[in-house]
Amino acid sequence: MITRILAIAAAEFRTVRRNRWVFTATLMMVLFALALTFAGSAPTGVLGVDLLTVSVASMTTLAVYLAPFLALMIAFDAIAGEVERGTLGLVLTYPLSRGEMLLGKFLAHLTALAIAITVGLGAAGLASALSGGASADSLFALTRLIATAILLGACFLALGYAASALSGSAAGAAGLAVGLWLVFVVLYDLGLLGAVVFDNGGSFTKSVFPWLLAANPADAFRLWNVAGSEQVALVSGMAGAGAGLPIWAAPLSLLLWPVLALLMARLAFARVEP
Amino acid sequence: MMDNPTHALIVENLGKRYGKMEVLKGIGITVAPGERVALLGHNGAGKSTLIKLILGLTHPSSGRISVAGHAPGSTAARTATAYLPEQVAFHKSLTGREQLTLFARLAGEHPKTVMPLLDRVGLGPAAQQRIGTWSKGMRQRLGLAQALLGHRHVALLDEPTSGLDPMSRHDLYAIIDEMAANGTAVLIASHALTELEARTDRIAIMRRGELVADDTLARLSARAALPTRIRLTAREGAADHVQAQLGGTRVNGCSVDLQCTTDQKMAQLSRISGLGEVVRDVEMAPPSLEDLYRHYCGEGM
Ligand SMILES: Nc1ncnc2c1ncn2[C@@H]1O[C@H](COP(=O)(O)OP(=O)(O)O)[C@@H](O)[C@H]1O
Ligand SMILES: [Mg+2]
Repeated sequence: MITRILAIAAAEFRTVRRNRWVFTATLMMVLFALALTFAGSAPTGVLGVDLLTVSVASMTTLAVYLAPFLALMIAFDAIAGEVERGTLGLVLTYPLSRGEMLLGKFLAHLTALAIAITVGLGAAGLASALSGGASADSLFALTRLIATAILLGACFLALGYAASALSGSAAGAAGLAVGLWLVFVVLYDLGLLGAVVFDNGGSFTKSVFPWLLAANPADAFRLWNVAGSEQVALVSGMAGAGAGLPIWAAPLSLLLWPVLALLMARLAFARVEP
Repeated sequence: MMDNPTHALIVENLGKRYGKMEVLKGIGITVAPGERVALLGHNGAGKSTLIKLILGLTHPSSGRISVAGHAPGSTAARTATAYLPEQVAFHKSLTGREQLTLFARLAGEHPKTVMPLLDRVGLGPAAQQRIGTWSKGMRQRLGLAQALLGHRHVALLDEPTSGLDPMSRHDLYAIIDEMAANGTAVLIASHALTELEARTDRIAIMRRGELVADDTLARLSARAALPTRIRLTAREGAADHVQAQLGGTRVNGCSVDLQCTTDQKMAQLSRISGLGEVVRDVEMAPPSLEDLYRHYCGEGM
């Protein structure tokens, strides 16, 4: 089983390396992270924190948008694209289960994504630490940011596979992926915001809202990074949002999502006839 | 599922519908180890669908399939089966060697078997090039190479000659014979009866989802009793006279076409020679493979 998963992963990783996906994604991460870090370097003096802390706070916001985007971009083609190009039928006649195939792709894509995220956020973190100072606390925050961004990417990779298996064509899968990104990253928060405004400080805002926030992987990612560091929370101004939640809620959500989404993708994949 | 070991592949009363359309109706066919069977039929007859059902890529509406004694699509059945798809496609950014190594790993074969196989199908020199740069014929050869990985009990080749030049076709015969000699049951789907299909042990013919024939070439020819065609070339101006004597149809000025069954052939020939000088030339064409194919697959049956 492991041999087959690794065989798929190796071939898949070669493909994403050769079509420059790894390079392009890494470049995007580096450029955005550096730009945000140095554009957002103003409030250090006012808040009395080092530049790396500020940088981590702004990169958290960046990663919420960029990690799901990159993950969906790489994942949407995984199944629908193979059906369309006619490569899936032959592979599936080998003694390889669909679950193994999915895991192999997941492994390769997650590695590619992890490279882009680690290099991108790491480079910006290093640059700000060198120019504006760092502390044990802010270095830890940076490490946590990178690790959780990879988890967030893992979750959207799996969601992308589900979209890819559910749609009949690569173009349809791309559309569905954009839809997923909009819903999870933009619309969900807007909806919650509207509900909170409407509720006007009532019981919804106090008891339901934090849980709904943690249920969305993108928000769970934000909560985890913010709740983990008082200083990051201070800079990002998001301290209040997750206050009513137990400490494990956001991490649990972010760890559970990739697993559930992979199971979902596996179920959707089962119905695909090449 | 236990099955008679004399059959590597058993298909019983197989039916398949897509929505309201019945694509396969009551198909029954068996292939023994080492046997080569050609599966013929027009485009849309249901050949590829039958192969996909045997592979477990899609599921039957009725009937039963056994692949080397296992249910189609099971791990054991997939381990035992080689497949060459009709439209063979690979990862464009991988080299031939990398792609075949992937298949070898999936099949549980050692990667060191890959280079000899690529040489075997004539892809040795191109092994390190990306498949995206290859011609259709080269991809077809790679498809064949992956079907040769390991020892398989059943080989399903869907239109294996498409995209191959005559030389490659010749190699294909050799490879199919080698597979059969090693005890693999080979099923070759094709939309024509050519030299390749004629060299198989048995010919099965499908029409609109039904199996209309399943026999050796010799017996199919005998049963069809197709006429031999005779073309006479008459001396200038004598064609009308020849037609008046022998019947048949006039073609281009000085020729007359006749048909006769195998047992009438000698009688017809002596009548022709009886006409003497007026007949300048005689050509005889026994029923061709194409005639035979048209007889069984044609819509006029
Ligand atoms: N996935 C499918 N959905 C609907 N109809 C199909 C599907 N696959 C094949 N068919 C139909 O089944 C018939 C047989 O097709 P096929 O098995 O590909 O024929 P052949 O390989 O003999 O040319 C055709 O009429 C085709 O349109
Ligand atoms: Mg076909």
